[in-house]
Amino acid sequence: MKTRIHPALIAFSVFTFVFLIGPLIIIIGTAVSDTTFLTFPPQGFSMRWFANIFEVSAFPRTMVTSFTLAVLATTLSLMVGVPAAYALARFRIELPKFLANVFVLPILVPEIVLGFSLLKSVATGVGASIWTSLLIGHALLVLPYCVRVVGASLNSFDFSVEEAAVSLGCPRWKAFFVVVLPNIRAGVIAAFILAFITSINDVSVSIFLTGPGISTLPIQLLAHMEQFFDPTIAAVSVLLMGVTVAVMTVVEWTLGLTFLTK
Amino acid sequence: MNSRLQAWLLALPATFFVVVCLGLPVLSTLATTFGEPAGPFVTYIQFFTSGFRRAVLLRTIEVAVITTAISLVVGFATAWVVARSPGRIKSILIIAAVFPLLTSVVVRSFAWMVILGKNGIINKALLALGILNEPLSMLYTEGSVIVAMVYLFVPLMILTLVGVLEGIPQDLTDAAASLGAPPSAAFRQVVLPMAVPGLIVGAVLVFTGSFTSYATPQLLGGDRQTMMGTFLYQRAMVTFDWVGASTIAAVMVVVTIATVLLMSRLARKLNPVVG
Repeated sequence: MKTRIHPALIAFSVFTFVFLIGPLIIIIGTAVSDTTFLTFPPQGFSMRWFANIFEVSAFPRTMVTSFTLAVLATTLSLMVGVPAAYALARFRIELPKFLANVFVLPILVPEIVLGFSLLKSVATGVGASIWTSLLIGHALLVLPYCVRVVGASLNSFDFSVEEAAVSLGCPRWKAFFVVVLPNIRAGVIAAFILAFITSINDVSVSIFLTGPGISTLPIQLLAHMEQFFDPTIAAVSVLLMGVTVAVMTVVEWTLGLTFLTK
Repeated sequence: MNSRLQAWLLALPATFFVVVCLGLPVLSTLATTFGEPAGPFVTYIQFFTSGFRRAVLLRTIEVAVITTAISLVVGFATAWVVARSPGRIKSILIIAAVFPLLTSVVVRSFAWMVILGKNGIINKALLALGILNEPLSMLYTEGSVIVAMVYLFVPLMILTLVGVLEGIPQDLTDAAASLGAPPSAAFRQVVLPMAVPGLIVGAVLVFTGSFTSYATPQLLGGDRQTMMGTFLYQRAMVTFDWVGASTIAAVMVVVTIATVLLMSRLARKLNPVVG
């Protein structure tokens, strides 16, 4: 029998997708408007608000911070997360069951509680620098993605291939890099990119840990919005949407976007 | 080397990282709330006897519940259509759902400030059409927070449910129909029970996400619609009342964990395969 969907349901879904995409199109429209206030449909066409992003020195500065932070935090997280995911997949019997849940804890603890707790214990308590605190916070935030996405790749990896390499005399560590890693490459790249976008977009953890001189792009955007409600915000938003497009392209190349519905 | 030791060595750095950098700081925050000289529960008594703080908690629960309910309905109907769409259209629709999901919360909340503001799109349109004489104040209301939250979480709900609904074979609804069940009965007795686990996962994600959100209530609710997230921030960073902030944090943790536990029990109970 052919699939039939009730027309009312189709109409409703069309409405939902207009609701989902419409606001983002509005932002693009307001970003190119040749006015000093936010308006839609745009009046005239101008790229000057994009140029203005680089006039407000805090924007390029926080962009660099956010980018560096995302790369470092994701790398750190993968460095501890990949071995953990490997251990969970390879030695299922040897490790206690609850261990898998430990790595998902950062999702269970509200981000804002994590941010506040890091401020209280790490930044103020131990006296760690703003950079260190941010790095720890973001690495924790993205760890669940790293462990789970890499874990999903490892679960479909046949470990007997690795055993074959080892029994032929390849050292274990080398077998991992030569045999296992190339096979889970897609998972590692997808984990990196999803972790990266999570870190770039984070507000709830960073808001407690940014300080004088060091801020991230979303926090700077929030601060800017409180003082100026101008099309610069829309222009930065469009740039951030560009990052989303880049991220989606990479995910589509590696695991396919349908991965996100599983 | 024995394999148990090897396994632990590999898992150790990540375990250590989570326990030391997340476990200890969060436990220390929770412990702070019991360490008051006036008695261990005094901050909680203060929290629940203060009308303002109770109002913040109730408002946050209300917003989260309404957001979850709307997201469930909208997400379910839309995910059904996405799951049953032919391949090419399905990919486009999934892209259309993933795009907002991966876009910054600040950007998505900002869009609604532009739409709902005093000089926003809705007000300008209604004024131009002569329906209104003066602009409506839609921002900084509970309604504006809920609209933006629904906007935030519908993509998550759709993506959670598409996978689940794809797993319900077309044959089952066809079988129900060939046995004489009208579509409504097939939906109620076949589709819905099988979708329950997915609906519960979606509901937990949306409820905890909206209950603990910060940026959206900050931007669309402002000081007039203080919610738990913005309240925690204010206490910690504006009034520097860290014991009060820790108490809010503890209440948030308890509500979040209670929701997850309660819903996973409900999921086990309603699971058609086991039950």
